[in-house]
Amino acid sequence: MRIENVPERAIPRSASQLKTIAKYELTNYLRSRRFYVLLAITLIISGLLTAVVAYYRPSGFLSSPLGFYSSWWGLAVTYILILSGIFFGGDAISGEFQNKTGYFLVVNPVKRSTIYAGKWAAAFIASLAVFGTFTVVTVANGAYYFGLDVPYQFGLSLAFSVLYLISILGVTFFFSSIFKSGSISILVTAILFLFALPLTQSLVSNLAQMEPWFLITYGAEIIGNVLKDPYPAHIVTVQLGRVTFTTYNAPILNGIAIMAAYFLVCAALGMIIFDRRDFS
Amino acid sequence: MVNPSIEAVDLTKCYNSFCALSDLSLRLEGAKCVGFLGPNGAGKTTALKILTGLIRPTKGKALINGIDVQEDKKAALSTCGALIETPEIYPALSVKEALMMVAEIRGVPSAARKDAVMKAISEVKMEEWIDMKCGKLSKGMRQRVNLAAALISDPMIMLLDEPSSGLDPRGMAEVREIVKGLKKKDRLIFMSSHLLSEVTEICDEVAILDHGRLLAYDTLERLTSALSVGNARECEASFSRDLSSDALKEIGSTEGVLGLKLVEPRRLILSFEGGNEAQERILAKIAGLGVGLIAFKSSSSALEETYLRLVKDSR
Repeated sequence: MRIENVPERAIPRSASQLKTIAKYELTNYLRSRRFYVLLAITLIISGLLTAVVAYYRPSGFLSSPLGFYSSWWGLAVTYILILSGIFFGGDAISGEFQNKTGYFLVVNPVKRSTIYAGKWAAAFIASLAVFGTFTVVTVANGAYYFGLDVPYQFGLSLAFSVLYLISILGVTFFFSSIFKSGSISILVTAILFLFALPLTQSLVSNLAQMEPWFLITYGAEIIGNVLKDPYPAHIVTVQLGRVTFTTYNAPILNGIAIMAAYFLVCAALGMIIFDRRDFS
Repeated sequence: MVNPSIEAVDLTKCYNSFCALSDLSLRLEGAKCVGFLGPNGAGKTTALKILTGLIRPTKGKALINGIDVQEDKKAALSTCGALIETPEIYPALSVKEALMMVAEIRGVPSAARKDAVMKAISEVKMEEWIDMKCGKLSKGMRQRVNLAAALISDPMIMLLDEPSSGLDPRGMAEVREIVKGLKKKDRLIFMSSHLLSEVTEICDEVAILDHGRLLAYDTLERLTSALSVGNARECEASFSRDLSSDALKEIGSTEGVLGLKLVEPRRLILSFEGGNEAQERILAKIAGLGVGLIAFKSSSSALEETYLRLVKDSR
């Protein structure tokens, strides 16, 4: 028996489905408690910085526009980016398994890679909203003290921060696709970015005297370094008695390459893992 | 328009040494409702999950309308609605938003999208909760929304895994009505269930699975007759008034009737032999007696016996 009364319907292209998933996922994020918690944390950090600088007027902040942006931005932006990545990416994929939301979405005619990319895009936009808030407060304070004379290096730092956010979300989504428990993937990414990677970087460069070119946190140092004039030398050696200390500063291109590589490799691996994992 | 089909070819799913599904080969084609029966852990959900791309088979193929789900899931599921287990829905989305998302993903044109969502919501009787956040719905309500999501693009194939799970008796009855409605629209429905009465009421064919292996697949009538003693079949008749002993004697004397069991004053179970012809004759006879016959259907106990026998034999 042939069925005649079924409407002919073309399934949208993957790009259109990605947009749909990102739109509704973003709606879900923007109404979630975690979004407001992160926004509150960002506003508290911004408020504290505003109050401290206004009250104590530290010379490091107020000596020059570049010094202001370097001190203000360099103090908090990486933490805000890392927290955004953890909050929005930590359980983005593992939650699909743990909370069974995947059963609602995956049984539709849509590729898993499209779901992955759509969720990533939503997490990126939600993180940008938080990051944008911090940027607005930073520029508003900068404008108060120095007028609208924003150094071009801040624009570069802003761009590198966005790249860092992209790569952080790439990594958090990758870990989220490995674990079936949302809390474990959040914990692992938090420990990794807040403790394990900075500690490893410190050990590798200071004790092993080796350039930590393979660490994302090393590449991300260009966010702060670009606000220094002049840009720090790639290798800095300090002789203290018989002991030589070597510190490494990623050149801008190396930093960009490291962050981009982290994103590309983690996004590809994360998508493959999510594509092959069973909902069982 | 293609003839809808669902096909499992040597479908196997093993988890280390344990095989949840072993060489399942089954082809369902055309407009009908097929019940998927089996004890807990028999492999029903595993098979349905493979058919919907939720899990990958260890071996074999799952085809929807001839398209391999593993190779091109998007095309394979383009005309297929599915409800597997009890999915959670994004908690901060309202019922309407969640269904709009599914409608957009499934390619319902924007002009028709709102109507399609409203129609699906109305089918599952959730109009009152349309703006409620999904995170605040009870399990039963969520299952209704999930069913609405499966119905939203009016798919030609429906894969339902215990669709009335978590629903109250009224909800169960409504699900049965929805599935019956789909049957009227000539859809191919493949539905797992533990409720044999539900399967008897709405399914045309039955596939029985145990230990990951297909034990039987046939029409309800053929399956129950083939496995009943001496080709006997059971039917259940309901009456609007109490049956008199004279009426019982009269029915019992009909050619082919092997036995009568008055389970309630107005409900009678008849066992008989002679297949459809005998069933037709007996029905005509009872109707002609003017004893208030209001229903006559295959007895679910016949399916139950068949099911239990098959499952017992496979152990």
